[in-house]
Amino acid sequence: MKLYRNWLDDFTSINADDKEYCDVMTMTGSKVEGCEVLGSEISNVVVGRVISIVRHENSDHLWVCTVDAGQTQPVQIVTGAQNVRQGDLVPVALHGASLPGGIKIKKGNLRGVKSEGMLCSLSELGLTLSDYPYAEEDGIFILRENCAPGDDIRKVTGLNGSVIEFEITNNRPDCLSVRGLARESAISFRAELNLPEPKVKGSGDNISSYLDVDILDPVLCPRYTARYVKNVKIGPSPLWLRTRLRASGVRPINNIVDITNYVMLEYGQPMHSFDYSCITGNRIIVRRAHEGETMSTLDGSSRTLTRDMLVIADETKAIGLAGVMGAENSEITETTKSVVFESANFNGVCIRKTAIALGMRTDASSRFEKGLDPLGTLPAVERACELVELLGAGEVVDGVIDVIAADSAPVKLPLEPGRINALLGTNIDKAFMIDILTKLGFIFDGDIMTVPSWRGDVKQCADVAEEVARFWGYDKIEPSLFKGVTAEGGLTPRQSAARHAGELLRGMGFYEMLTYSFMGQSSNDKVNMPAGHPLRRSAVIQNPLGEDSSVMRTTMLPSLLETLGRNYSYRNRDVRVYELARVYIPGAEHELADEKNTLVLGCYGEGCGFYNLKGCVEALLESLRVKDAVFTAEKGAYAYHPGRCAKIAVNGTQIGIMGQIDPRVADNYGISQEIYAAELDFDVMFAARGPEPVYVPLPRFPSVLRDLSAVCDSDIPVSELRGCIAAAGGSLLKHIGLFDVYTGSPIPEGSKSVSFSLEFRSDDSSLTDADISPIMTAIIDRLSSALGAQIRR
Amino acid sequence: MKATLEEIGRASLEAIKNAAEASELEALRVRYLGKKGELTAVLKSMGSFTPEERPVIGQLANDIRMKIESAITDRAEEMKSAMMENKLHSETIDVTIPGVKVRVGRSHPLTAVLDETIDIFIGMGFRVAEGPEIEYSDYNFTRLNTPVGHPARDRQDTFYFTDDDSVCLRTQTSPVQIRVMENSSPPIRIVSPGKVFRKDEVDATHSPVFHQIEALVVDKGITMGDLKGTLNTLVHRLYGPDASTRFRPHHFPFTEPSCEVDVQCFECRGKGCRICKGEGWIELLGAGMVHPDVLAGCGIDPDIYSGFAFGVGVERLTMRRFNISDMRLLYENDMRFLSQF
Repeated sequence: MKLYRNWLDDFTSINADDKEYCDVMTMTGSKVEGCEVLGSEISNVVVGRVISIVRHENSDHLWVCTVDAGQTQPVQIVTGAQNVRQGDLVPVALHGASLPGGIKIKKGNLRGVKSEGMLCSLSELGLTLSDYPYAEEDGIFILRENCAPGDDIRKVTGLNGSVIEFEITNNRPDCLSVRGLARESAISFRAELNLPEPKVKGSGDNISSYLDVDILDPVLCPRYTARYVKNVKIGPSPLWLRTRLRASGVRPINNIVDITNYVMLEYGQPMHSFDYSCITGNRIIVRRAHEGETMSTLDGSSRTLTRDMLVIADETKAIGLAGVMGAENSEITETTKSVVFESANFNGVCIRKTAIALGMRTDASSRFEKGLDPLGTLPAVERACELVELLGAGEVVDGVIDVIAADSAPVKLPLEPGRINALLGTNIDKAFMIDILTKLGFIFDGDIMTVPSWRGDVKQCADVAEEVARFWGYDKIEPSLFKGVTAEGGLTPRQSAARHAGELLRGMGFYEMLTYSFMGQSSNDKVNMPAGHPLRRSAVIQNPLGEDSSVMRTTMLPSLLETLGRNYSYRNRDVRVYELARVYIPGAEHELADEKNTLVLGCYGEGCGFYNLKGCVEALLESLRVKDAVFTAEKGAYAYHPGRCAKIAVNGTQIGIMGQIDPRVADNYGISQEIYAAELDFDVMFAARGPEPVYVPLPRFPSVLRDLSAVCDSDIPVSELRGCIAAAGGSLLKHIGLFDVYTGSPIPEGSKSVSFSLEFRSDDSSLTDADISPIMTAIIDRLSSALGAQIRR
Repeated sequence: MKATLEEIGRASLEAIKNAAEASELEALRVRYLGKKGELTAVLKSMGSFTPEERPVIGQLANDIRMKIESAITDRAEEMKSAMMENKLHSETIDVTIPGVKVRVGRSHPLTAVLDETIDIFIGMGFRVAEGPEIEYSDYNFTRLNTPVGHPARDRQDTFYFTDDDSVCLRTQTSPVQIRVMENSSPPIRIVSPGKVFRKDEVDATHSPVFHQIEALVVDKGITMGDLKGTLNTLVHRLYGPDASTRFRPHHFPFTEPSCEVDVQCFECRGKGCRICKGEGWIELLGAGMVHPDVLAGCGIDPDIYSGFAFGVGVERLTMRRFNISDMRLLYENDMRFLSQF
């Protein structure tokens, strides 16, 4: 909402410069977004009268003017414009003048003739034809205003005063008006407020002879107020009115339309004017649009309407889209002779949905959508008629049509100072509260208040508390620290584990990434997820920003690969990233998703290989006390290299998958080197955690080490060899370490040599060769019989 | 004889002093002290001396022997120490060569700021509560005083999963407050951090996915003064004890009274500059006293209990903290960016 401060002066006198005004208003709840001083870019431009004008001796299009600019001597100015005549009043930019856009004017010579300044056009002053319809667009602005040579052009053209731009919150549509802001300003500055009531003289006759109004949908239109003006003389509005409109960001059009806009700005009540001659049957009908009904709105567009929209119609056609915009078929034109002013109250939700559906949010609709004062229609239409009489724009016919289809009872509340102070933590006087609330329009009957009709947002004590607090000053509320029983604060064990996992991974060189939770349906194709895979069923956003963000991810892999791919394309070498975030497994229709916390790791470059990543995963599991994780070869997982992929399980429950990304998938992300990834279900992993550690006494007897190399078929996994050794080793075998896997001469083709370091220890005595030899024999026998492995000596 | 002994002593000590190798020293030991050594030879010839001479010569010979032995030991020590010095010297390395790279990762800057903020609240006795990101519109809107038809529920602002708009991506972390209030009774003191979603096109200051952290306190006798005190604590912990705040009236559907909180511009200290767009203040967060209808909707009697709530955008905190000018950087995960924090 743009507020022209000069307009505010009609209602209250605020003695504060712009900075102070803005600061104070912001602190009482009317947030100032900006402040503009009109005409601040213009200086040293005055009115001049053209004393004489002659052709330039060296040019066939330039003119040399002698101009009385109110100074002791006339000035000589050369102009190229062709519309200047002797005696004209024109804007003169004198030597040293500034114009909008940072233009500076200096005296000089034009083809050998001295020129002491410049005559200005409308646009050179930052004005448009709608501000001065009588001016010539391409020529010098010939003034028809009441002014004299030497007058400052800013004053003459109304380019003075300041415009304050407010951010008005949705609950305060009453402040989308000069009068509403005047009330807030007056209370903020403890100044007098004078809001005069409009007075219409009238011209006899009666509106009932001319018009009927029927409301067919009282829910969407609780009230419709109208007045009739005859013998209308369409023309431009006076300068003061155009200036106020322009300063408020509204383009002047003609006196009747300008009046409706002026009233909207002053009262916050949108209005409309119909050309009476276009209303068939002398009847206005407020009804829902027919499905598919069409209308050409004032902006020249043809609109197709639905049953959910409200129209203003006559007996044959719609003549306006209620609360949004009028129709071309009843537009005010230069030939309009009589006018119907509409001042109505419409349902906010209906107007907003209509405006959104048709993509035409207007000054009117943006006010209606917030829910306006139902009692505001009458003063507004009265003010419009008062202005008609003031401007001599027509004869206001006696009588008002005011159809109240749905009554609204005023809200009454008790004033509860104790409760208000308890909520605010203050000790504010009841007298202060009553004073502020009275100035805001609350009417007291003892301790019962009637809430003003324009304050639909005030419904209970907390709302009243805010009104009191705003003007008491939020800054005067003493900060305190809340008391009460000490709550049990902190992270849950799962939240702690999540942080711990992050610390571990960072220690291993992984950087944390942050990716979007949604992705494109095609991302599943990009990771080679087979058709019909259960993860292809995802929660689908019905109104996504685009295809690439249309489904909630069921796997983190695409997010990871996109990050790796982006880094690869940036030529970032040696990348390791991780993220702990959610995937979304859709539930039943209208139900929520199962949101699983998933930990994803990915890397490429130096030090990245299957066993490096596996080591990281193992260290992570160990640190989180997840014991006995089993890695098994997985040949059929999509997205992964069939020979370099493992499923990870604990106690038979799968917790994740890891391996090299299939080079074909990597290629889909533009990566042509080996990349590795691990996906871990963090919630399952967390649930699989072992108990808190308990101290085990340190060994009292030394351990004995034995090395063992077994030659076996290349296809036998190391885990099976280990299994054999562990089974045969018994309870004295405390640790099995792998230290070499070797193929090549002298090991036969198709075989490999696997070397283990075995640690034996007893808790009861020092072990001797005699204790260990039979165990080693048992292990060797078992390896041989179960896996055909021979000992390499 | 005495002269001979003294000559042996002088010559041997001289030779030991000049010995350069351990082998040379050993040879000298053999030469003087060995079974056929010069000193041994003198002692062997002891029989030829008179009984008066014997003790004197014997004493002298023994003194010389001890001097030689001690000289050999000292010289050997010297040589060993010199050898060690040499060895250490030869092991000299260039300490200016960089260390073997240990790769350590970093937290994402946003998580770092989020965790720090969470820890401030934990220090004030708050519990960390979480909730679903795909949420019922009932929790995300209706029960937060944002009824059907409210502009915030429009499809141009909120992502929906169902035709009837009953399931959405949460647009705020506030539904977690509803879930907590519904399932527990006061005193309540929680923070709810997490991802939220709004239908904004990606640009330098907008992202359809962003993060919030919200706080909620409900108990008997909670006041707006408590809200101010708690927020001041947060701001001082985040921005230092000199940071000052400004509480402005504002409007949110789920709090009443409501306010926005500005922090004084760090750059200009309130005078107005480019960073604060001349205002001297930078908008930080929204806050207010929990709306009585919201409390009542969760089964908490607003005549007995009151509460406050506030919410902060974590992206904004992070960008201000690290002077990051473009929000897109936070979600691009470029290593050149991530490795800076």
